[in-house]
Amino acid sequence: MFNRIFNFIIVSLALSFFSISAQAETPTEPLWPTLKEIYFEGKAIREDANDLLVIEAPIRAEDAAIVPISVKSLVTQTADKYIKNIHIIIDNNPEPYSANFSLSPDLGLIDISTRMRVDQYTYVRAVAEMNDGSLHMVSRFVKASGGCSAPAGKDAAAALARLGKMQIRMRKPTVGEPVQAQVIVSHPNYNGLQFDQKSRRYIEAHYVKNITISYNEKALINVDTGISVSEDPSIRFTFTPAASGVLKADIKDSKEQTFSLQKNI
Amino acid sequence: MKALYLSALFLLSTSLFSVHSYADDSNLDYSVQEVTTGIFYHQGVHQDPNEQNIGAIANVGFIIGERCVAVIDSGGSYREGTLLRQAIKEQTDLPVCYVINTHVHPDHTFGNAAFNNDQPEYIGHEKLPAAMQARQEYFGRVFEDILGAAYDGTEFIAPSRTVTTAQPITIDLGNRPITLTAYTTSHTDHDLTVFDNNSKTFWTGDLLFIDRTPVIDGSINGWINISMQFQSMDFNIVIPGHGPATDNWQQGLADQLRYLSVIRDEVRVIIADLGTIEEASAQVGLQEQDQWELFDNYHRRNITASFVELEWE
Repeated sequence: MFNRIFNFIIVSLALSFFSISAQAETPTEPLWPTLKEIYFEGKAIREDANDLLVIEAPIRAEDAAIVPISVKSLVTQTADKYIKNIHIIIDNNPEPYSANFSLSPDLGLIDISTRMRVDQYTYVRAVAEMNDGSLHMVSRFVKASGGCSAPAGKDAAAALARLGKMQIRMRKPTVGEPVQAQVIVSHPNYNGLQFDQKSRRYIEAHYVKNITISYNEKALINVDTGISVSEDPSIRFTFTPAASGVLKADIKDSKEQTFSLQKNI
Repeated sequence: MKALYLSALFLLSTSLFSVHSYADDSNLDYSVQEVTTGIFYHQGVHQDPNEQNIGAIANVGFIIGERCVAVIDSGGSYREGTLLRQAIKEQTDLPVCYVINTHVHPDHTFGNAAFNNDQPEYIGHEKLPAAMQARQEYFGRVFEDILGAAYDGTEFIAPSRTVTTAQPITIDLGNRPITLTAYTTSHTDHDLTVFDNNSKTFWTGDLLFIDRTPVIDGSINGWINISMQFQSMDFNIVIPGHGPATDNWQQGLADQLRYLSVIRDEVRVIIADLGTIEEASAQVGLQEQDQWELFDNYHRRNITASFVELEWE
């Protein structure tokens, strides 16, 4: 939907301008009106769409590096009317636009969750884009964690050592019954904001940029992910296998490395 | 009349405010206790850091040799660092030749700049510089806010000398050899301990918490392993990262091991059952609630951190 790099530059410029102009008055000026214009190009968004979606996030980010966020739909996906995309925006993160889930109408009810870095007080928003193009939003306010919890990884060496290792975790599925599954890939997800003392250079951003989950070669979920996503990205979702087949997850990172794993059902 | 009332109120509130901040400066009762001859520490309070407690929440202190002094953790703010420097001055005129940081957390490193005039060697784990760089922007932003005036003067000072994992070094303070050991990932990925060879006093840094809820910022498996190794060691007195120095340190280790093991066992069951972080956070380890200070502030975080680690077993 958006060109990520171009988008990132625009947002950075807009935010730096904004923070300079806002500092004189109040540093807590909400960013959302600006973000909304940038990401959704002035389109109308129905806010508090609680009849369509539920977003869950902890009241307080217990660990700034790992904040579970889940989005559920209250309306079944049909071929005529379905949620085409869910955009996740975390207002006060370095790159607020955090994920874009493209969703198949075959999913039935949407029930997805992931883990994000949240290091300061912020709104976390899910904006559903319907197949008719209309936008519907739900949001949650998340308080920052206290004390020494930083968004940095806990053991960079361990994360790098198992880079690309993947898991598909699920209960034994029954054809025709909804089943919950989880795709995780081990990846340090460097956000490009960390400085390496030894080399005197910033550690190059190196993060998972796309996760595609398909069943019998038909995409169920295709997620574009950004630097807000936690180390070892995880996507949890519910789907209903209509017949036996192969569940496959394909990962692509910002250095064009690819990883994949499949599971027979 | 109303305007007069308001301006009086304004004056009153500003004067109260200034009295209050002066009180912070002059009336702070900052004392150190002597654990054994030449080893002193200030015991941190079991609170989250704030302007009133100047971030003095961890145990910090010093060892005096015949030649010079080693500082072990410098305090949770520049302000605490200066008070610790003053406390050393009250005991000895010998110079501070080493400032040893047991790990990166603000309550252990933020006082470093208060020792710049001594031109000490700053020592830490080989992974401390990277850990500091990774957190510096975030710690600076957050702690400037929560520590207020106590933060003024705080600098991020990385070690000029580092200790390699599993290759302990011994430095001499003048007839007082102390041994520094760097560990694999445990409380953090860069924990360092200090052992005073003469008195068999062991400074654990945050590898041991007594009374205060342990915080996992590294690896639960690693921390359990190292806690078990400590059980077979020969120490007279242990100075933990938080909580009182004690000769009954086996009890402290046993409590910490029980807490970490409860979390690990129960999180493993939830992962095996395909449960979520949210489910684990609501259920795991609640029986430990009354055993630990600040449980509500840190326990769910420990579960989250353990969950994403144990998922890869």
